[in-house]
Amino acid sequence: MVKRVEAVNDFVVKFANVNGSGSASANELFARAILRMGVPVSPRNIFPSNIQGLPTWYEVRVNETGYQGRRGGVDLMVAMNPQTWDADVKEIEPGGDLFYDSSKPQPKAKFRDDVHAIGMPLTEICNATYNDPRQRQLFKNIIYVGALSALLEIEPSEIEKLFSEQYKGKEALLQSNVKALRLGRDYATQNLPCPLGIRVRRANSVGNKIFVDGNSAAALGAVYGGATVCAWYPITPSSSLAEAFIKHCEKLRVDPATGKHRYAIVQGEDELASIGIAIGAGWNGARSFTATSGPGISLMTEFIGLAHFAEIPVVLIDVQRGGPSTGMPTRTQQSDLLCCAYASHGDTKHVLLFPEDPTECFEFSALAFDLAERLQAPVFVMTDLDIGMNTRLCEPFHWDDARGYDRGKVMTHADLESGKDFGRYLDVDGDGIPYRTYPGTHPTRGAYFTRGTTKDRYAGYSEAGPDYVDNMQRLLRKFETAKQLVPRPLLHPSEKPARFGAIFYGSTSPAMQEALDVLATRGIHINALRVRGFPFQEEINDFVNSHPWVFIVEQNRDAQLKTLLVNEAKVNPTRLLSVLHYDGTPITARFIVDQISQHASARTVVPLKRAG
Amino acid sequence: MTYLAKPKLHHPTLAKNSVGYTRRDYEGKVSTLCAGCGHDSISAAIVQACWEIDLEPHRMAKLSGIGCSSKTPDYFLGNSHGFNSVHGRMPSVLTGANLANRDLIYMGVSGDGDSASIGIGQFVHIMRRGVNMVYIVENNGVYGLTKGQFSATADKGSKSKRGVANMDEPLDLVGMALLLGATYVARSFSGDKKQLVPLIKGAIQHKGAAFIDVISPCVAFNNHAGSTKSYEYVRQHNEAVNRMDFIEERDEITADYAPGEVVNVPQHDGSVIRLRKLAAGYDPTDRIAAMHHLQERGAAGEVVTGLLYIDPDAVDMHEHINTIETPLNQLGVAELCPGGVALERINASLR
Repeated sequence: MVKRVEAVNDFVVKFANVNGSGSASANELFARAILRMGVPVSPRNIFPSNIQGLPTWYEVRVNETGYQGRRGGVDLMVAMNPQTWDADVKEIEPGGDLFYDSSKPQPKAKFRDDVHAIGMPLTEICNATYNDPRQRQLFKNIIYVGALSALLEIEPSEIEKLFSEQYKGKEALLQSNVKALRLGRDYATQNLPCPLGIRVRRANSVGNKIFVDGNSAAALGAVYGGATVCAWYPITPSSSLAEAFIKHCEKLRVDPATGKHRYAIVQGEDELASIGIAIGAGWNGARSFTATSGPGISLMTEFIGLAHFAEIPVVLIDVQRGGPSTGMPTRTQQSDLLCCAYASHGDTKHVLLFPEDPTECFEFSALAFDLAERLQAPVFVMTDLDIGMNTRLCEPFHWDDARGYDRGKVMTHADLESGKDFGRYLDVDGDGIPYRTYPGTHPTRGAYFTRGTTKDRYAGYSEAGPDYVDNMQRLLRKFETAKQLVPRPLLHPSEKPARFGAIFYGSTSPAMQEALDVLATRGIHINALRVRGFPFQEEINDFVNSHPWVFIVEQNRDAQLKTLLVNEAKVNPTRLLSVLHYDGTPITARFIVDQISQHASARTVVPLKRAG
Repeated sequence: MTYLAKPKLHHPTLAKNSVGYTRRDYEGKVSTLCAGCGHDSISAAIVQACWEIDLEPHRMAKLSGIGCSSKTPDYFLGNSHGFNSVHGRMPSVLTGANLANRDLIYMGVSGDGDSASIGIGQFVHIMRRGVNMVYIVENNGVYGLTKGQFSATADKGSKSKRGVANMDEPLDLVGMALLLGATYVARSFSGDKKQLVPLIKGAIQHKGAAFIDVISPCVAFNNHAGSTKSYEYVRQHNEAVNRMDFIEERDEITADYAPGEVVNVPQHDGSVIRLRKLAAGYDPTDRIAAMHHLQERGAAGEVVTGLLYIDPDAVDMHEHINTIETPLNQLGVAELCPGGVALERINASLR
C-alpha cells in the first residue's frame, strides 16, 4: 500500500457533483468553515454549460502559506457523481483518499489499490431520515459536509455559526441544517477512520483579508468609480458582474429622500445595443460601461472603432473565457488580448488593464472610468472566468475619500462664454487629448457634429487626406499619453542573482508566485514582472533587455501578450520563451514549474570541465 | 447640392420666437443631398417646427445612423450637438444619451435601410422601452448612398429604376411601432409640409416614444413610374386620417368647427393637440383601431397619413426605471461614491 497522504493545512479536496443538485452552497459552506478557522482556501467552480444534470466540480485548495493558484492533483475526492466516477478516481494522488456514497455496492475494479476508499451510505441515511425527495437530495450535501468535518477535523461550531448567519430569522431552516450536519458528523465519528492523514488545524493566516469574487468586486469598483449607466447582455461568465452592479446600486445608489435611482441599468437586446447605449451615455457625459465576454466583444467591434475615432469615453469589462459557441465558454482563458487591443476596423489601438485578483478588479474597474474620461477613449478591464466567478481570498478594498473623479478635458458654459477657442479635435496641450463639450452646454457655442474619421480639427466635415493624417497622428500622441496613465508593471525581484526573467499578467498571478518560490528552491532563480496595462511602458523593454531569456506565461494558445509586446513595445522576440496553458482549467504552479524547468535545463550552460 | 455658403448675417427684420431666435438660427450646414431630395424638405420642416415651438436650439441632441437621411442632422440645428453614429444603431446611442441626461430633447433621424433593414432590431427595442424621443424615418424605399438597391420598406411589386420588381413583402414601420408600444405614431409625406410641421411639434412635446414615418421620395433612384415611393404616386394615394394643429397652452382655440369634426387631445404639459378629422369616426387614441384602419386602407392601396395614434398618458423609460430627476451626467462624486466608511462595512461582510 502506498503511503497515505499526510498533510496539515496543505491539501486539495475536489467535489464531483451533478449540476443542479444543490451541492454548490454546501461546498461553499465547507470552504468558508475552513477559512473561519484562519486557514486560507481557494475554491474553484468547474461547471458545465447546463442547468441540471451534467457534471460539475468544486475544487478547494487549502493552503496555510496562502498560495491561491490551482495546485493540480487531488488529495481527497468527494465522488458524488457516478457519471464521472472513473475519471474522478483516476485524478487522486497516490496515497490519497476517496470519499463516496456506498449505498449501492461497487465492484472492486472500480477502485484503486493506492487510494484509500471511505464509503458512507449517504443515500440510505437520507432515505431513512427524510420522506421528501428534494430534502433527501439537499440534505445529502449537508450530511457529507458533516462527515467531512469529522474526517478533516473542521470545527463544527464554525459551520453552525455560518448556518446561523445564513438563516438568520429562519429558525426552521437553521435547525434542519444543523440536524443534517450532526447526522453526518456523528456517523463519521462512529464508523469512519477519523481523522484522515490530511486535516485542518486552526491557524492565523487569514488576517483581515476578504473573500469575494472578481465580478462582484469589479461591479463595486464601477459603483465607486461613478458609473451611472450600465448596459449589458447576458453572457457567461460576465452576467454575474452586471447582476452584482444591480445589487450594489440598490444598496448604495438610491436617493434617500426620493427613493429614486442615481443609476440606470438596461439589459440590451444584444451586445451591439449594449455598447451603443454605453457609448451614447459616454458621449453625453455620463460614466458608462458594459460587461461582456469574448463573443460580445466580437459583436461590439464596429462600435468600439467608432468610440475610438469619435473619442468617446466608455468602459468595457471583458470577463474572458474559452472559444466560441457553448461548452468551453464555461472554462477560463486569457484569449481576448489581441481582439481587444486592436478591436475594430481601421487603425485602432485600445487601452487594456489586467487585474490579478478581485482586489485589483475593484481598483482597476474604478480607475477605468477616470482613464476613459481622461483619454476620451474605450478602456478595457481584462478579467477572466477564474477571477470573475470564483471567490478568492484577497486584500480588503480600499477607497481614499479625498479622491475625486477625473472628468477629463470638458469645456464648460463659462469656458465657452469667456470666448475660449473650441476645436473638438484640436490638440491644445500637446498630449493628443482635445477638449470636448457635453450636449446642451451653451446656446450658441461649443456644439459640434460627432463623426468617425472624416473631420478636421474643428469637427468640420473633411475627406481631405492631410486632415485625416493629422487626426491619426494626434490619436497616436494620445496613446503615448496613455502609457503614463495605465498602471505600471510590478517587479518581483529574485532574492538571488537571476539569469531568467518571467512576464505574467492577470489570473496567472497566484500560480506564478507559487511557481517562483518552488523554482527558487530548485536553484532556478527568476526575476518576474507582472504587466498590468497596455500600452506598455519602457520599463518592460528594459526588463527584457536585462535578461538573456524571458519566459512569458499566458493562458492562451497563440502567445497573445508576446505578440503584443513584440509588435508594440518592440521587444526582442529571440529572448522570449512562451509558457502557454489553454485547456480551459486555470493554470497551475506545477505546470509553470515543469515548463520553466524544462526550458531552463535546456539552456543551462554546463562548464566543459564538469561536462565530461 | 449647392456649393454656395449660406450668409451668416441675418436680416434685422427677421421674426424672432419667444426665446429670441430667428428661424435662421435653427438652420444647419448647406445640404449635400441631391436637388429636390425629400429629405431636405424634412430638414426644413424640423427647422420650422423647432422655431415655432420656441425650443432653444442647444436643448436638442440630434442622432443618426448611416445613409443619406443620417447625414441630414448636419443640415439643421447647427447649434445642437449631433452624432452620426453606426449604420442601424442610432437607437441604442440615442437610448444611452437619453439615460445620461433626461432634460434634453432627443431627435433620432434614420432611413428605411438604417431602421428597417440593418437596424430593425434596435428600432424594435427602442420602441418597446418607451424612450422619450422623436424618431423620424425618412422613408424612400431605396438605398441612396450605395445607388439604388431596394430597402425593406419597398412595396411588393414596386419597380427599381432598372425595371426590376421587388418580390419581398414590405416592412411597415408604422404598423410595427403601433404593435411595439410607441405612444405617438404618425405618417406623413415630405411634400406636405403643412401636415408634417405640426406632427413634428407634437412629437417633440410628447413624453415617450414618438415615431414619424415620412415618405420622402428619392429623386435619383426611386422617383420613376412603377415606384410606390415617388412624388406622383404618394400624392395620388395619400389618405390623411386627420389634420393636426398643434396648440400650445397659451393659445386660444378660435376657429369654429362643426361638432364631431375636431378632437382635442390634452397633453401632460398642459398643451393641447387639436386634430381635424378627415376619416369619419377615426379615434387617434385607440391603438387597436389604428392598427385596423392602417391594415384595411393599406390593403386598398392607400398611403394612410396623419397622427395615427397618441397615448396622452404616456410615460417614458426613466419612469419605468425610476431614475432620479437630476440628469445622471450632472451627478458628482458626492452623489455617486459611497465612500470609505461604507467600503469598510462591505469588507467586514466579506470575511
